[in-house]
Amino acid sequence: MEELLSLAVKAIFIENLALSFFLGMCTFLAVSKKISTSIGLGISVMLVQAITVPANNLILTYLLAPGALAWAGFPDIDLTFLGLISYIGVIAALVQILEMVLDKYFPSLYNALGVFLPLITVNCAILGGSLFMVERNYTFTESATYGLSSGFGWALAITAMAGVREKLKYSDIPDGLQGLGITFITAGLMAMAFMSFSGVRL
Amino acid sequence: MAQTYRKLLVDPLVDNNPITVQVLGICSALAVTSSLKVAMVMTIAVILVTAFSSFFISILRNHIPNSIRIIVQMVIIASLVILVEQVLKAFAYEISKTLSVFVGLIITNCIVMGRAEAFAMSNPPVASFIDGVGNGVGYGLLLLLVGFIRELFGAGSLFGLTILETVNNGGWYVPNGMLLLPPSAFFVIGLLIWAFRTWKPDQAEAREYKIQIAEGH
Repeated sequence: MEELLSLAVKAIFIENLALSFFLGMCTFLAVSKKISTSIGLGISVMLVQAITVPANNLILTYLLAPGALAWAGFPDIDLTFLGLISYIGVIAALVQILEMVLDKYFPSLYNALGVFLPLITVNCAILGGSLFMVERNYTFTESATYGLSSGFGWALAITAMAGVREKLKYSDIPDGLQGLGITFITAGLMAMAFMSFSGVRL
Repeated sequence: MAQTYRKLLVDPLVDNNPITVQVLGICSALAVTSSLKVAMVMTIAVILVTAFSSFFISILRNHIPNSIRIIVQMVIIASLVILVEQVLKAFAYEISKTLSVFVGLIITNCIVMGRAEAFAMSNPPVASFIDGVGNGVGYGLLLLLVGFIRELFGAGSLFGLTILETVNNGGWYVPNGMLLLPPSAFFVIGLLIWAFRTWKPDQAEAREYKIQIAEGH
């Protein structure tokens, strides 16, 4: 339990997907102009991340890893090279299913998330989460925790960013730095702030 | 015809740079630029994937049903990335370890997907191929520039060869360790964008609010 907690804190603060690995930057910079939309996007990323990372973990353990097909009578087969294409397939399919389920049972949430749901398929944070899970050999429980908390970390970062940007639009910024430039520098300052968590051990 | 190809190739380098103007593919651009060697490998990988995925998608463009085109594009891109990943693992294992997940993340690099969607779906194969190369090179140019600044001033070396002798090795240069850490990539790119937009003022974004002194006070 303690290990899972420390894994979660690490994924949220120290190894924040957005601010220390730069994942999901395209959406991070494009959709962080208003707090309300950022929260919507943050929640959808968290949701998708919490489902896809453990799902991809199951696929890795029971289908792709060396010897994983032993239950089907093929103990010598190693399918890890098919990893990338399977993970992105799972992500695309799950996003599609999630979209349909939300549309049917939670129409209000579906309308609030709107166009962001399909865009999540190409958000690097989602695929990145799954690839980190593979690289770090997480077990199923660990990957479930990692998925949820890394998604939360990303949501936290984009919401904070949107808060800063809402204030920033009133300030007097040099012409060339306006917009994208100052957003990058703000993100840099936030990343520095998040780095101060790196001494924390649990 | 040759003129159009030239334009396709040269335009994305500065005037329509994927990173500073189109804001695409930033995810991987930031993480792999702490050393020039890694940035170089990443550049080559992205150029290859963008060029060939545009090429193949353009060949198939009249046969792909519109409703499933994203999935078809994804499969083509993912197969090419798998190819790159396997080649890197076989011939440059050390670098593939450093790049870790970022090779795989070329799949979700918005440049590849963006060019496939915006250009290759409506243009012939050769033009798409050249457009892919152009955008890959435009991306690589910025990547190498950032990598150059970060490695030279952060570690005093280029491609691992010492250029500025650091104090630790008995030289004179005190390296700025900050430049090797993730946040500095944001600063370097932010400042580069500032420089680009001062050079080409038409790329600057319009202000939402303007501060001015009210008259009559």
